[in-house]
Amino acid sequence: MNALIKRIRRSSRLLNFLTLIAAALLAFLLGGIMLVLLGANPFTALKIMVIGSFGNLNAFANTVIKTTPLLFVGLGICISFRAGVLNIGGEGQLVVGAIAASSLALALPDCPGWLLITICILAGGLAGAIWGGIAGVLKAYFRVNEVLSTIMLNYIATYLMNYLLRGCMMDPMQVKMCSFIPQTARLPRAAFLPGLVPSYLHIGILIGILFAVLVYIFIWRTTIGFRLRVTGENQRAARGAGINTRRYMVLAILLSGALAGVGGSIEILGVHHRMFTDGSAFGFTGMSGYYGIVAALFGQLNPLGTIPASFFLGAILTGGNKIQRFLQVPSSLLVVLSGLIVLFVVGSEIFRRRQAERAELEAEKEAGFQRVDDTDFEESG
Amino acid sequence: MMKETIIGIAGSGIRLATPYLYAAIGETFGQLSGVLNLGVDGIMLMGSFAAFFVAFKTGSLLLGLLAAVIVGGLMGLFMAFISVTMQAEQGISGIGLYLFGLGLSELLFKKTLGTVQTLNGFAPVPIPLLSKIPILGDIFFQQNVMVYGAFLLVPVAWFIINKTPLGLKVRAVGQNPRAADSLGVNINRVRYLAVTVGGMLAGIAGASLSIALLNLFQQNITNGMGFIAVALVYFGRWRPRGILVGALLFSMVNAFQIWAQVQGIKIPSDFMLMIPYIITILVLAAMVRQRFRGPAALNKPFERGK
Repeated sequence: MNALIKRIRRSSRLLNFLTLIAAALLAFLLGGIMLVLLGANPFTALKIMVIGSFGNLNAFANTVIKTTPLLFVGLGICISFRAGVLNIGGEGQLVVGAIAASSLALALPDCPGWLLITICILAGGLAGAIWGGIAGVLKAYFRVNEVLSTIMLNYIATYLMNYLLRGCMMDPMQVKMCSFIPQTARLPRAAFLPGLVPSYLHIGILIGILFAVLVYIFIWRTTIGFRLRVTGENQRAARGAGINTRRYMVLAILLSGALAGVGGSIEILGVHHRMFTDGSAFGFTGMSGYYGIVAALFGQLNPLGTIPASFFLGAILTGGNKIQRFLQVPSSLLVVLSGLIVLFVVGSEIFRRRQAERAELEAEKEAGFQRVDDTDFEESG
Repeated sequence: MMKETIIGIAGSGIRLATPYLYAAIGETFGQLSGVLNLGVDGIMLMGSFAAFFVAFKTGSLLLGLLAAVIVGGLMGLFMAFISVTMQAEQGISGIGLYLFGLGLSELLFKKTLGTVQTLNGFAPVPIPLLSKIPILGDIFFQQNVMVYGAFLLVPVAWFIINKTPLGLKVRAVGQNPRAADSLGVNINRVRYLAVTVGGMLAGIAGASLSIALLNLFQQNITNGMGFIAVALVYFGRWRPRGILVGALLFSMVNAFQIWAQVQGIKIPSDFMLMIPYIITILVLAAMVRQRFRGPAALNKPFERGK
């Protein structure tokens, strides 16, 4: 019996992996066709992409830097999607996290480095948690569709950022010079994240990997994590088992927002060392809030799987910038590709579900169990 | 002075309701059939680009509009395939469709037009006699055809939903697919149709921005309008009349906001720009006390014998 379950698990894991690869390949095939239509050679593009993202130490470092925010957002997505809360608010949560981190770093210039960095990261996490928590409370207690509310909160965060950076948070130098570029002053050196090799590669990725392990343990090895997953899989059953599903939905998006907020503060402390805006919705984040969702879905909503998935996407983003420079293909192609990846990954879910059902049936047959049909569950409320 | 101000704000409020009306009524068809399409914003962006590009190159606004309908219909069909045939989680696939439309419209824009260009969109057509009514005539009856079309769509959609066999099928499929199935209604076909028509209307909504209201195309021209349109469907409780009220609420706020900015009123513009998004959230939250329930099978793929 145990051997059988193991065999089935292994085969379904393999199938999972294969359908994911197929989904990605299909997206890339379409991307290649688009490149041809745009008059670029897809093989040249691929070569530029690989060299541009892995070719040398600098390229690799850039890839890792791009990976970091995707990983943080993606980890948050793992928690919230597993609890059945579709948090699309990564963008806004990154922004408020970055605002909190940069304003605290500027307010406490004399604080010792390690303490300042800790404070800033915690503040970023707190801000992200609050931003996500708004949508969580609205969903759990007011039945507001969280996809809509988080997207609205993304836009609100963008305008809040624009307001602050054009107003009270603007670099005093910009005001004095009358150039009024909407950005803050440079943060005190103490707030910079320590670097690795090369020195501009900050330690954010290590923090991210640490968090990935923690999130993994949280989801699969703790009672709270178990309850979150039950809430996501079958709300009615969860309620029947005495789980306060509302509270767990709020908790899930709080944690999800906190992780994105931490990601935002690490972007500030590690990469930009100041907050800035170009006024548009995606200017500061570079759409990391959306790419993080793609990474998490591609990582099968598994925190450890999200690490390579984020890295893969980070490489595509880094390489995509090179393609834009050398082949004059707008990097918006990457947005198209990630949209396709999302569509194909969720679209191919049916194959994995069918396989799982078949495997279950087979196991039951061999074990001589009577299959009991689940009564269809309807979400009440 | 006062009179001109009111006419100005109300008139532009009526105009600005146009994209919301097309998109939200299109989304209503899909949702009534049980499919939540969150990719409306992406479809609007593609429709907006297609309409502008074709109208710009051919000089024909009607061809542009046709292009938007075709592009919107195709994207709706794609969404139907993913969510009906492949039974994907609709919340997430909608975001995928959004990213696809957002990226592709920007990509094509940068590759073909390069910079923001303008064209002469649909011109206002004063309606004889009615446009002569003081104040009201100026507000309601001196608009362009796409604006009239949007407001005409409200009774037409009401009629289709409530008074035709097709509308009954759509509602049955969304309310109780198993019962509809046992009566011989082809669930998936009805859903495909509803979502595709919804896509066409979202395409038209996008076109109304680029060839009738703003007369230009730029990246992310909708700025989340498609998501607000989805929210309007909830606000309107899946009824065209309710959507009309919601769309007017939003467009009047928008029109006032634009007017206030032009007047240089001392509210930071960033806060003014936030208002529609804040209202959307508040409106959705306020709906909770309503006893009205949406389509029972919304967001649930149909599988026979399950």
